[in-house]
Amino acid sequence: MKSKFYDKLATIYFYLVAVLIVLFLVALIGYILYQGRSELNLHFILTPPKFMEKGGGIAPQIFNSLLLLVITLIISVPIGIGAGLYMAEYARPGKITELIRLSTETLSSLPSIVVGLFGLLIFVNMLHWGYSLISGALALTVLNLPVMARVSEDSIRSVSASLKEASFALGSTKWQTIVRVLIPSALPGLITGIILTSGRIFGEAAALLYTAGMSTPPLNFNVLNPANPASPFYPFRAAETLAVYIWKVNSEGLAPDARQIADGSAAVLLIIVLLFNILARWLGNTLYKKMTGGK
Amino acid sequence: MSENYDKRRKVFDMIGRTYAFICAFLLIVITVSIFYFVATKGLSTFIIDKRSIKEFLFGTLWKPDRPNDQGGPAIGSLQFILGSVFVSVFAILISTPLSISAAIFMVEIAKKFGRNLLQPAMEIFVGIPSVVYGWIGLTVLVPFISKYFGGLGFSMLAGILVLTIMVLPTITSVSTDAIKSLPWEIREASYALGATRWQTIRKVVLPAAKPGILTAVVLGLARAFGEALAVQMVIGNSPSLPFSFLQPMSTITSIITMDMANTVTGSTWNNALWSLALLLLLISFGFILIIRLVGRRSMYK
Repeated sequence: MKSKFYDKLATIYFYLVAVLIVLFLVALIGYILYQGRSELNLHFILTPPKFMEKGGGIAPQIFNSLLLLVITLIISVPIGIGAGLYMAEYARPGKITELIRLSTETLSSLPSIVVGLFGLLIFVNMLHWGYSLISGALALTVLNLPVMARVSEDSIRSVSASLKEASFALGSTKWQTIVRVLIPSALPGLITGIILTSGRIFGEAAALLYTAGMSTPPLNFNVLNPANPASPFYPFRAAETLAVYIWKVNSEGLAPDARQIADGSAAVLLIIVLLFNILARWLGNTLYKKMTGGK
Repeated sequence: MSENYDKRRKVFDMIGRTYAFICAFLLIVITVSIFYFVATKGLSTFIIDKRSIKEFLFGTLWKPDRPNDQGGPAIGSLQFILGSVFVSVFAILISTPLSISAAIFMVEIAKKFGRNLLQPAMEIFVGIPSVVYGWIGLTVLVPFISKYFGGLGFSMLAGILVLTIMVLPTITSVSTDAIKSLPWEIREASYALGATRWQTIRKVVLPAAKPGILTAVVLGLARAFGEALAVQMVIGNSPSLPFSFLQPMSTITSIITMDMANTVTGSTWNNALWSLALLLLLISFGFILIIRLVGRRSMYK
């Protein structure tokens, strides 16, 4: 039977594609880790880079990436959840709702270089904040907000309606229901979403080239007051991230061991992003089990 | 329950509602201000510098720093526009069949293998930062192309291949959702008529999922079109027309990335880069409008 033969053939083809994609990913990750293996040590992670000299590390870049991530999350999570809440709970069909939805979709498909340019225009130039932590964090916020709003809306919508009705039946106001019932029940989805977007923020470079800048002043951890310009937490200092550093080393690396630095940085960045991914999966599952009491 | 408590919780209710609305409204404010500010800067090429839109869109001479006594700045950008179009379209052409196959595999052929291996693999593909893709392109693809196909290796081909991998997860995940959302009965109806699984996939599932798959392809195209660094790292960045797979070229995003730092605010060069940014913004907005139109045509929703 001809059609049975074709059916078999198609099945083999689909398996082939699937296996190839998975193998390709394994090869990709293997290659990155293998290339970076000589730099995967504490010295590389804990020392600052050297200029025109061998043996520099990536400590300030890792610190900057983490700091920018934290600032971005502090700004974008409350706003994103608020927006998601509005879309899930308050929005009525109409022009404004439609406009919010269109804006969210537009923002989330915006090329990140355009977001970077917008940041350059507003935060760096118009507000005179220069290449700085705060400019970078706000550019990342613009990138992250639509994603966060989407994730929040989806997780809040997925809470079962009977829980909500039960809360209303007990005489709660809408806000009480949201704070005491909806958000706690939506928590597994929210947390998974936040961690997944964290991975994306951590690896972002295009939006940061012209906002957080491509340099870092020497970081002095004896000064912790963020109002002091010498402090690593001073919001108006330039902050080159790990992803930006990889780009810079590859396009204009001056150190003689630029290739090794790039290899090592790529491996470190990949490991951190993978950790975010694994953490999101694990935490999502664990929280889900805990909340639902199921197996 | 005291009257005071009741009053207080009603006030909270109001504050909460207002807060949520402000947050959502902020999304509109940000979008509108991005359009406004980028447009103001981008249009000054044509309004303040009095350059013609025709020269910008269809000219191929890019000498934005040419002194006035030699004919003044030339801002022909056709090569960048075509560069972006070619790189992303070819990437989509390679990636789409693979992505749709992967999506079909996950929904129709092997759900378990799909969920346990292919799905997480796709999530990791999405998670890998674009500079890491660029770095792989630079250290693997570029030398490979140079060795086996000749030339420097920095080429349109390298850009296409890097983008192919980057849009694969986008197209796959959206197509998967589209195929998954089809009612299961249409497959059963097909099997009941004696069709094989392959016949069902080809004649029933794929046609029904067409609008969703189209959305996936446009989203992939949008991602490819807007990708900056990964592409910029491997295409060689020469401002020439992209008519050879093995020659260096430029895209809209790559020229912006390369030149923005070298220019002075207000110069014709700088303004021309903003015009390119505006073009990029309008094109990505166009993609969103297309997706909305396609989405409306969906049969099952």
